[in-house]
Amino acid sequence: MNYKMIGYVLGRILLVEAALMLFPIIIAIIYGETKIISAFVLPIILLLIIGLAIGIKSPNDNSIYAREGLLIVALSWVAMSLFGAVPFFISGAIPNFVDCLFETVSGFTTTGSTILTDVESMPYSLLFWRSFTHWVGGMGVLVFVMAVLPISKGRTMHIMRAEVPGPSVGKLSSKIRTTAKILYSIYLIMTLSEIILLVCGGMPLFDSLIHSFGSAGTGGFSNKSLSVGAYNNAYFEIVIGVFMFLFGINFNLYYFLLLKRFREVFRSEELLTYFGIAIVAVLCIAANITELYGSFVEALRYSFFQVSSVMTTTGFATADFNLWPTFSKVILVILMFFGACAGSTAGGIKTARLVILFKSCIKDLRRMIHPNAVSSIRFEGKTADEKTVRGTHLYLVMYLIIFIVSVALLSLEGKDMITTFTAVATCLNNVGPGLEIVGPMGSFASFSSAGKLLLSFNMLAGRLEIYPMLALCAPALWFKKRKNDDSE
Amino acid sequence: MKIIIVGIGKVGRILTEQLSADKHDVIVIDCNADLVDKTVNNYDVMGIAGNGASYDVQNEANVSSADLLIATTPSDEINILACLVAKKLGVKHTIARIRNPEYEVQLQVMREELGLSMAINPEKATAREISRILRFPSAIKLETFSNQRIELVEYKIGKDNPLRGVKLSELYKNIHVKVLICAVARGRQIYIPTGDFVLEESDKIYLTASPQDLKLLFQHLGIFRSRASKVMIVGASKMAYYLACELISMGMKVKIIDSDEKRCREMSEKLSKALVICGDGTDSELLKEENIEQMDAFVALTGVDETNIILSLFASGYTSCKVVAKINRKSFADLVVNDGLVDSVVSTGNVTSEIILQYTRTMQNNTTSSVKTLHRIVNEKVEALEFGVTKDLNFIGVAFKDLELKDNILIAAIARRDGEIIIPGGNDYLLEGDDVIIITTNTSLNDLNDILK
Repeated sequence: MNYKMIGYVLGRILLVEAALMLFPIIIAIIYGETKIISAFVLPIILLLIIGLAIGIKSPNDNSIYAREGLLIVALSWVAMSLFGAVPFFISGAIPNFVDCLFETVSGFTTTGSTILTDVESMPYSLLFWRSFTHWVGGMGVLVFVMAVLPISKGRTMHIMRAEVPGPSVGKLSSKIRTTAKILYSIYLIMTLSEIILLVCGGMPLFDSLIHSFGSAGTGGFSNKSLSVGAYNNAYFEIVIGVFMFLFGINFNLYYFLLLKRFREVFRSEELLTYFGIAIVAVLCIAANITELYGSFVEALRYSFFQVSSVMTTTGFATADFNLWPTFSKVILVILMFFGACAGSTAGGIKTARLVILFKSCIKDLRRMIHPNAVSSIRFEGKTADEKTVRGTHLYLVMYLIIFIVSVALLSLEGKDMITTFTAVATCLNNVGPGLEIVGPMGSFASFSSAGKLLLSFNMLAGRLEIYPMLALCAPALWFKKRKNDDSE
Repeated sequence: MKIIIVGIGKVGRILTEQLSADKHDVIVIDCNADLVDKTVNNYDVMGIAGNGASYDVQNEANVSSADLLIATTPSDEINILACLVAKKLGVKHTIARIRNPEYEVQLQVMREELGLSMAINPEKATAREISRILRFPSAIKLETFSNQRIELVEYKIGKDNPLRGVKLSELYKNIHVKVLICAVARGRQIYIPTGDFVLEESDKIYLTASPQDLKLLFQHLGIFRSRASKVMIVGASKMAYYLACELISMGMKVKIIDSDEKRCREMSEKLSKALVICGDGTDSELLKEENIEQMDAFVALTGVDETNIILSLFASGYTSCKVVAKINRKSFADLVVNDGLVDSVVSTGNVTSEIILQYTRTMQNNTTSSVKTLHRIVNEKVEALEFGVTKDLNFIGVAFKDLELKDNILIAAIARRDGEIIIPGGNDYLLEGDDVIIITTNTSLNDLNDILK
């Protein structure tokens, strides 16, 4: 285990976080929130001291293997969240540190679940920081660090694999640094275009920043208690709805578009399935809620926004879907689990895994009828190798185990069944709102500290796709080898 | 540069490692998806699983925008096809590994038509390396520069060696031979020594000089072993064939031993001057019967590394002749060489990758002084590069004492156009048309102008 290298990368991450905290300071200066500035300066100093102490000198042995990769990713996210929570605490905006942590984890993991009941009373700089964590967490902190700073010679693939969501990670170019740069450029350009479109439609600049960060990272923090519904503006809803949907698409496909490799994009099974699921869901819900909103077109407007928001695991709301008929609510909860495409900023199980799972079910069914049939699973025009398929099955099992255990633990809080169930679902899938108490117009404030920590763990597990967080619990990764014992 | 490597065998892997470390954009293609996965995990490269000779796969790798394609799959035909397809798709340069001697002749005739910029025959290249060692058995390894006018020799200082405890400045003063010790490997440490450096036992030293001076030096020191004249080769492989050809043409007597009768027969048909013996090369009785004591050199060339190691251990225990073993796996080679169990070790992978690296360095600078030869010494950590000096060089005619060289760079030797060999001092300078040997630990040097600060 190369502890020095882990420390080095962690130190680098903390330095980057210190740099990121300069942005909310600018906002604080613009809005004259002089008292809040110190709430950011203090953690910046703290980050600089710790970051420089462990991250300044690169160790001689800079090799990273799979286990280091997993630990680096898990530890960085925990450390980022801990330090990111400090401004909320120092400024006194959120008095309880566990609440601060929950809010920050929810930000970095692009969940968007909140414990705040009155968002409008928060200072601008803190609101900005809250949403900015979405943007940073969406594409991945370590991917960002890799784009900017060279970490290690080779082998950084292990880090990328642990952080980028999806069953398999493709490199866009030979060098991991170039790949990270391409991904971040696409991300940045798309975010900027959303900001511009929103500002052109008349949304205040600050609000459009907040909502663009929220939809880019598929997070869902808003600066309004009523979320996007507060504007009651069809243009905003369409822009945000469409962009949420776009950020749920695999970023590699955008790169292929730039390279004019259209065939690969439009024949992508995952993309087509993603569209298919979305269209079916929008139509079903629209038909189901037509009575509530008078006309089908009006129903379509709300249905589209909610489906796009929940499916991409963003969590913005234009309507309180808690009040919708059961059928619509069930579809939305199912979509929470489905999630969007692999390689996007969204959470959930991911469409790619669904396709593989569905196909392997079909394959096994066929084998029941023709016991000796030889067949393989094809995905994206290629045979999916046994390792990917097995990995996908295993992922689903792990996912369910974590889900079931979390629901069981959270039920000790004594909330009703739907609240407990959807609270875990929404956190594990990084969506944001659930149903009943934690519905789009509710909040997570009423949970105990232990419950909030459990949900924070769920959010991190969901964002990092379980394994890094589990690795954090594996003793084999922690203990140094015993003397006279060469095996690890 | 964007470089595509088709086939990740031993050579492919060495190339991937070195080229990605040289900051090239590398894409590897192999049919074995697991292997591709492993390579992508270990090196900063992109991997594609598929047949590297197919149009679709090459398109996926975006070959048309690549500068170089290197085909090193086990099959000659696939390598040629891969290069042909790549050339049609618009790649600038192609290198193929081609081992079958039957293709040799037609390659010379139709290299252009096949779309090859260079064809490498690793067995032949390695055989050549072995023959160089046998020509100068005192050395562990011998590399040549500037049309064999300058040699670079690796030598290990053993027990009771006259060089032990010698200060370099005194050595140069006493022997009156133009020679330079340009690098010393002591354990894991590498030194580019100055005059105060004192040699110790089990140091590995690297000397440059002209062939005549080297011989003189070793004779002075009383550690000279004359050219081998009777050589025993175990294993009738392709490499053995090439080696035997070389050695016979140099007038040596060659004995080849192999247990496979068919191969022996083929070998004796092709090589009328060699004595081919069918028998078990690991059988000590047979080796004794074939007079191993009388041999000057023993070369183990079977296809299995382990067998070669055992064979050469046996031979070096039994006689005092020069023992050379072909060991492809690096970890094995380190094992036997570091403990001095075998005199010299050669590996096809290293020889091949050296040639290809030399090619890529030259490709990178077509404008100024080009890399003529590249050899990697001290476990691939130090490079010895030969540059041809052209008029584009910034410091022609400037004495070296007026130049500020970068750290870890040594000008080891200069070969003037008129044939004069200079071991440079502060008053020497470069002229157009010179060949100059640079020793450096910076393993990405490709332009002579870059040696200045």
